[in-house]
Amino acid sequence: MAVENPELPPTLAIEGVSHRYGARAALIDVTFSVAPSRFTVLLGLNGAGKSTLFSLITRLYAIQRGHIRIFGHDVVRTSSEALRAVGVVFQPRTLDLDLSVVQNLIYHAALHGIGKRQARARANELLESIALSQRAHDKVRNLSGGQMRQVEIARALLHRPRLLLLDEPTVGLDIKSRAAILAHVHKMVAEGVSVLWATHLIDEVAHDDDVVVLHEGRVLAHGAVARVMAIAGAQDIRSAFLALTQAGKVAHDLA
Amino acid sequence: MSAEAVSGQRLTGFAPGEYAICLKGIVWREGLRFLHQRERFVAALVRPLVWLFIFAAGFRQVLGMSIIPPYETYILYEVYITPGLMLLIQLFNGMQSSLSMVYDREMGNMRTLLVSPLPRWFLLAAKLVAGMAVSLPQVYTFLAIAWLWDIEAPAIGYIAILPALALSGLMLGALGMLMSSISKQLENFAGAMNFVIFPMFFASSALSPLWRVREGSPSLYYVCELNPFTHAVELVRFALYGQINWISLAVVGGCTALFMVGAILAYDPSRGLLARRGEP
Repeated sequence: MAVENPELPPTLAIEGVSHRYGARAALIDVTFSVAPSRFTVLLGLNGAGKSTLFSLITRLYAIQRGHIRIFGHDVVRTSSEALRAVGVVFQPRTLDLDLSVVQNLIYHAALHGIGKRQARARANELLESIALSQRAHDKVRNLSGGQMRQVEIARALLHRPRLLLLDEPTVGLDIKSRAAILAHVHKMVAEGVSVLWATHLIDEVAHDDDVVVLHEGRVLAHGAVARVMAIAGAQDIRSAFLALTQAGKVAHDLA
Repeated sequence: MSAEAVSGQRLTGFAPGEYAICLKGIVWREGLRFLHQRERFVAALVRPLVWLFIFAAGFRQVLGMSIIPPYETYILYEVYITPGLMLLIQLFNGMQSSLSMVYDREMGNMRTLLVSPLPRWFLLAAKLVAGMAVSLPQVYTFLAIAWLWDIEAPAIGYIAILPALALSGLMLGALGMLMSSISKQLENFAGAMNFVIFPMFFASSALSPLWRVREGSPSLYYVCELNPFTHAVELVRFALYGQINWISLAVVGGCTALFMVGAILAYDPSRGLLARRGEP
């Protein structure tokens, strides 16, 4: 991937991961890594296997084949050390709608062993950064979709993770909220957090991001945007994605 | 946020204080959710009250009660079935929260819970403790209503049942989680009613003393004796009168440990609705 310091283990390393649901293969020999302090886009259509991969990284599902390491910690054998460094925003909304914003954040902090007082201080700080301090005591139900996502991202950052995983975080949001969330997460990267951002929206890829193209459970290309474009022989990332996925389909059909 | 910001944190293992904060947080959230679900609370109370006021009143004349421990006098049928109805509340509560953990109506919340870095066995056990904890105010409210109906126990009994209810609540929650993890029949609540709740409740000492069951059907008597629900009912029945039924305590304690270990081992979120809905 873009810049790799040989002395540091990659933030996230996925090695030869395969996963099946019964007879259907959801992931086939997936290998890639996320470099420190980089914004890595996991690009794939619906059904490509993005959410399955997220469930494996967060040990929600048992890994059937391969290895996943976070800062060198195997997520199966040393899951506590691995998960401690990770913040996750899942695709489905996972906030308690009947609880207030702050209550949701305090609950999450407790799950990481962070006490109420410290949680409250961190929550205030994070809510201020996304201009939601005024809504701290409102029920989550009364927030807009964009605000809920912002709160989920704040929640994922509460325990100060060094790797942030986001699974299609902008689905169902308007253009303005999408842009705000993208900008916010890019700011996190500038502050030293590594990000894996899964999406099917090609326009969410910025020119200096890293990209992993996942299609029908296989990684077709990965690296800096420029490198992926070169592999596909395309002028922009959109045509690169189309070229790769269509070539992938042809190769698959021929096989 | 910089990498240095996290360097002050422990990098391996968790302090006991962190476990305590986590457990407290899980119970606190369950309590808050319970306060927001008034319909569930009302439904949980109506069920045993219907049994108490209608069923028991109808059978008052039919079922004469002899004096059996822990009772020291002749008692009304309502008094006899009160402990069984307390356990009925816990049985429903345990099934409800366990089913939602496995076939997840609470999908998002289980995800949030399970990405916590604390060990999974601890998170699941804490969740069971939280489910048990919210059954306690339900049971006490039922007892308060029963008290207005002149069903009274000695004052010590109301305190003595607390540990008994804690143990029985855990046992039933763990049983629900274990059974729904290993059986496809229990995907919905109707399945749980048919295959767990009704058989457990009726084949027990909840509605009639076991000596009476034996008169009717010796084989059913043995089933009742083996039913852990019977022992949970008896544990609470004795506790309500400030006594300890040691056999029941041993059975309920043993079953709680067994079911909890089994439930944690059998729990697999890649099965069930979480997996199916979790796919993109």
